[in-house]
Amino acid sequence: MANVSIRNIRKSFGSVAIIKGVDVDIDDGEFVILVGPSGCGKSTLLRMIAGLEDITDGEIRIGPRVVNDVPPKDRDIAMVFQNYALYPHMTVADNMAFSLKLKGTPQAEKTKRVQDAAASLGLLPLLDRYPRQLSGGQRQRVAMGRAIVRDPQVFLFDEPLSNLDAKLRVQMRAEIKELHQRLKTTTVYVTHDQIEAMTMADKIVVMHDGIVEQIGAPLELYDRPANRFVAGFIGSPAMNFLDGVLTDGGLRLPSGAVLSLDGQPALPAGSKATYGVRPEHLQIVPAGTPGAIPAEVAVVEPTGSDTTVIAKAEGGNLTIVVRDRVALRPGEAVALQPVARQVHLFDERGQRVAGL
Amino acid sequence: MSEWLSPEEWSAVTLSLKVATTAMVGSVVPGIAVAMLLARGRFWGRHLLDAVVHLPLILPPVAVGYVLLLTFGRRGPVGAFLAEHFGIVFSFRWTGAALACAIMGFPLLVRAIRLSIEAVDRKLERAGETLGAHPIFVFLLVTLPLILPGILAGMVLSFAKAMGEFGATITFVSNIPGETQTLPSAIYTFTQVPGGESGALRLTLVSVLLSLAALWGSEWLARRVRRRLSVG
Ligand SMILES: Nc1ncnc2c1ncn2[C@@H]1O[C@H](COP(=O)(O)OP(=O)(O)OP(=O)(O)O)[C@@H](O)[C@H]1O
Ligand SMILES: [Mg+2]
Repeated sequence: MANVSIRNIRKSFGSVAIIKGVDVDIDDGEFVILVGPSGCGKSTLLRMIAGLEDITDGEIRIGPRVVNDVPPKDRDIAMVFQNYALYPHMTVADNMAFSLKLKGTPQAEKTKRVQDAAASLGLLPLLDRYPRQLSGGQRQRVAMGRAIVRDPQVFLFDEPLSNLDAKLRVQMRAEIKELHQRLKTTTVYVTHDQIEAMTMADKIVVMHDGIVEQIGAPLELYDRPANRFVAGFIGSPAMNFLDGVLTDGGLRLPSGAVLSLDGQPALPAGSKATYGVRPEHLQIVPAGTPGAIPAEVAVVEPTGSDTTVIAKAEGGNLTIVVRDRVALRPGEAVALQPVARQVHLFDERGQRVAGL
Repeated sequence: MSEWLSPEEWSAVTLSLKVATTAMVGSVVPGIAVAMLLARGRFWGRHLLDAVVHLPLILPPVAVGYVLLLTFGRRGPVGAFLAEHFGIVFSFRWTGAALACAIMGFPLLVRAIRLSIEAVDRKLERAGETLGAHPIFVFLLVTLPLILPGILAGMVLSFAKAMGEFGATITFVSNIPGETQTLPSAIYTFTQVPGGESGALRLTLVSVLLSLAALWGSEWLARRVRRRLSVG
């Protein structure tokens, strides 16, 4: 096992800069998730750690060793690909034994290690099959088994679950997490699914357009997003944003309504600012309640456990999530009361404003 | 069959089989190497190599034979060198016929292999590297098995081309019964002499049968291999 340190990493394809200076420290045994919208450079960064992509500038260390010029085969990593990349001409057992075969591991030990990994992944009955004879979820497990058998310093996963259906995804999420708790191997995991990131990671790295927006524990990012991008990216349904101007003790919306703020923002009155509130921190109150945002119910979506309400307010639609079942009809006039302690404020450049 | 064909006809058939097999076997490894270079290489002169490999496909076969005569003939620069240092002689020998056939079939062989290389999912090779494989082992354990259908297809094309090659062969090594008279040359000879029609017909029938056998054999092999390699 090893820590991974990424120092001021840059990557350009031709003249196009894709990764624009990224620093990440990954502790020994940590489960780190790189998350961000499509095209932000997550896979590129992961492939640079794997050695499959040259590093334009900066330094990557695995353990104490700088690996910039170390070929992939010598980095002591194992990567699980989105499409699994299983060898169609080899059985499950041969796929899993691939790394041991290369090392010239004796047959008896090879068999034992493959059997052990197969047992832990429920693959024992499938060892003699070919990949084409497996379901998507089984292929996924074989790909993980092949990585586990290598017993690497670092596991690298590139969207390993994105080809599975929703139910299987939830199940495999738990399995991968459990696997990590058992093996405690340092893991870097790429996904664009923020729920996957929230549920699995020790630490999340939010990337956007080739830079790191924020690094932190899942709940840290949820409770204290460093900027508007992270605030909008983490959490589902996404945070609501309202633009306005700071006044003494509140934020004035273009309509003249003033939302009260709990605390003293570190920004002078008169500055433009964005008010952010999560759907579960908006309460639906009777229309006309003072200090609440007037709105009209547009859509009511019961999911069973809770209800998502979309309401039209001045300045855009707002999403509200309530735990109870609500008797609201589209067109009904209501007011929305933010929980003042749970409000976020961002300045004109989108940075979090301290003091709330 | 030996009663049905005259000794000369029989020797043309076996010679053709020998020449075609030699041409096919001898060009496989260079064919894979050139196909890899063309499919994966990023070097100056790649397009030139591509053009040179494809030349036999578009040049008149007689011209190819003539170029071979100039370079690999007894007084040609390569031919003289090989004869002097290694005792290898091509001109007017069956080996020369094999060389001519190999070169004429080379573009077909390379093309088939190259297409299959381009169809290989690079992720499979990358996965091999991340699992600790040296690029040579990635090639031997991953790439090579995956392109096997393409190699087989290319070999059949090369063999079939060699069985039918006429222009380059006759120009380079002439038409010596028992030494360089291949099936097509023998058929040609029959058509040039009075009363040769039945011989020409018999040999034509033989070449049809051989071609069909090769085609079916390769189809059968390719289907087996493809079934084993299918991902999904
Ligand atoms: N070999 C390449 N040549 C040129 N541009 C590339 C290359 N590989 C990736 N890119 C570009 O780099 C950017 C980042 O790609 P990358 O695959 O890292 O995105 P990603 O964050 O993994 O996205 P996704 O969630 O869609 O997988 C994209 O704009 C892509 O077009
Ligand atoms: Mg990606």
